[in-house]
Amino acid sequence: MIDKAIATTHRKSRLNREWAFPTVNVVLLVLLMFLTLYPVINTVAYSFNDGTDALRGHIGLWPRKFSLVSYKNLLSKPELYQSAKITVLKTILTTILNLLITGMLSFTLSCREYVLRKFITTVMVLTMYVNAGLIPNYLLVTKTLGLHNTFWAYIIPSMFSCFNMIIIRTYIMGLPDALVESARIDGAGDFRVYWQIIFPLCTPVLATVALFVAVGSWNSWFDTYLYNSAEPDLHTLQYFLKMQLATTQAQANKAKATVEALQAADVSTTPVTIRCATTVITTVPILIVYPFLQRYFVTGIALGSVKG
Amino acid sequence: MNAAAQKTDKGLMPISKKGLLRTLAGQWQLMLMSVPVLLYVLLFNYFPMRGWIAAFQDFNPRIGFSGSKFIGLKNFIDLFGFGELPPDEFLIVFRNTLAMSLINLVFGTVSSILLAILLNELRIKWFKRTVQTVTYLPHFLSMVIVVSMAQNIFSTEGAVNDFIMSLGLVKEPVFWLGEGKLFWWLVGVINVWKEVGWSAIIYISAMTSIDPCLYEAASIDGAGRFARILHVTLPGIKSTFVILLIMNIGHLLEAGFDIQYLMGNPLVRDYSRTIDIYVLNYSVGAAKQNYGLAIAAGMFKSVVAIILLFTANFIARRLNENTLV
Repeated sequence: MIDKAIATTHRKSRLNREWAFPTVNVVLLVLLMFLTLYPVINTVAYSFNDGTDALRGHIGLWPRKFSLVSYKNLLSKPELYQSAKITVLKTILTTILNLLITGMLSFTLSCREYVLRKFITTVMVLTMYVNAGLIPNYLLVTKTLGLHNTFWAYIIPSMFSCFNMIIIRTYIMGLPDALVESARIDGAGDFRVYWQIIFPLCTPVLATVALFVAVGSWNSWFDTYLYNSAEPDLHTLQYFLKMQLATTQAQANKAKATVEALQAADVSTTPVTIRCATTVITTVPILIVYPFLQRYFVTGIALGSVKG
Repeated sequence: MNAAAQKTDKGLMPISKKGLLRTLAGQWQLMLMSVPVLLYVLLFNYFPMRGWIAAFQDFNPRIGFSGSKFIGLKNFIDLFGFGELPPDEFLIVFRNTLAMSLINLVFGTVSSILLAILLNELRIKWFKRTVQTVTYLPHFLSMVIVVSMAQNIFSTEGAVNDFIMSLGLVKEPVFWLGEGKLFWWLVGVINVWKEVGWSAIIYISAMTSIDPCLYEAASIDGAGRFARILHVTLPGIKSTFVILLIMNIGHLLEAGFDIQYLMGNPLVRDYSRTIDIYVLNYSVGAAKQNYGLAIAAGMFKSVVAIILLFTANFIARRLNENTLV
């Protein structure tokens, strides 16, 4: 009798233990997803809320007083279109140039018989650890090359990254040697070997790198700050948003007096809602490419960080 | 890369002086594809290092490196507070950089390993994929966007204050963005929010390469779930952990720049400024420009980074772990 009781409680507790962990696990992960998404949805809610009302705060996942005024106001600003145009152009051009340059270089550095291979690889890899620093790089771009206040300040300094080279090279070295050898025996030069054999086989890894570069270029604001802040026509979307951060901060310092004044004046847009609307507009393109990103990036990071 | 391949290479093409030139000539296509990039890297990554000269100069960007006056170690003496400048200024930014970077390192590593373990224990495939999709997302958002969202969440009327006040933890709303002492932790939390899913990827891929036999053997020996995590999973990711630790120690003075710059304000200034911001404050667009001092600070950072990297690498080698360099 007692034996039986002990056996059942034992089984019960084992059963409990088998169910307890997975349940806790799922609950924790659901909570994590909630915490990850909350700030995003919160910002969307603010952007669709009436401006003066939003100053009162306490908005959760849904706008309290729905209004499209912030978006209407924002979409009537010519700066938005100009900065979007610059951002798109910069992203596309940077990505194409990076792929072209990095792809070819990675191929040459994967050729075992290439005499300069070791030297060039060392020179490249060292750049990942030794950096001249902010000011020397700034002086190079502005004083030596005179690229500031031109569109090229976005493109030329960021055409190549060693990290991407390592990812692509690792991938090429994983391809069967016989492919290249047989092409060489048939008399193909290195250009043809690259463009007709290696390049088509590299599409997955090139897609990964393209997405990394494109997201990085889309997200950068500091290059605008350093080189092109004096040229409003060359501002990017991120910089457009960054300037709104600064203004809201200045406003936060003025604190309540401003809030009450704005509420009394009953304006329907405020810096807060405009900032949130800009945030949403800047985020949306990332969200659109995100499903495509996801397909490729895991391979990329695994290749790059394990073997790099 | 391996020895056998190199041997055959050498066997095919004996590298004598004349042979080397001939081989190079035969490889003109490879050279055409790589040498321009080499020149580019030399120009953009190595050539600027000549700017370190300015750390020993009273540098004036209008005159340039050749015209500026050499002043020996004065910039470094000023930097560490033995000169005319207030003594604690660089020490404060150095402390902030180190503190935020350590908080990021500890929080970041612990949270991503925890997330990786939780995901690894998950048996429901579609749920695992959903969690991963959601938690990777913030990695792809720019810091400007993240700070903009943080300004909503952490404002005095924001969601965090609403939550802790509804629990009765505090009576008055906390002024998260204007309280110096909270700034480091706020940066830590935001960085974890942004990167936890992404940094977990590398640990997850290390975990999937653990031999399943080990788990079975542990179960047969009577190990429960936690014992298996402790004795199979964690040892299985040890080498990944060590490599990442070495890399991160090499970057210990890179506390990030964007977040402190974008979120900083006069109220939290003594806790928010990092070395990078210090460099910026004395150079580009600053009222009191002192390029020599700024470059000295940047140079100090680079040199410390290299020393840290090699030290960590040396220690890892002595402990017989995988090394990076």
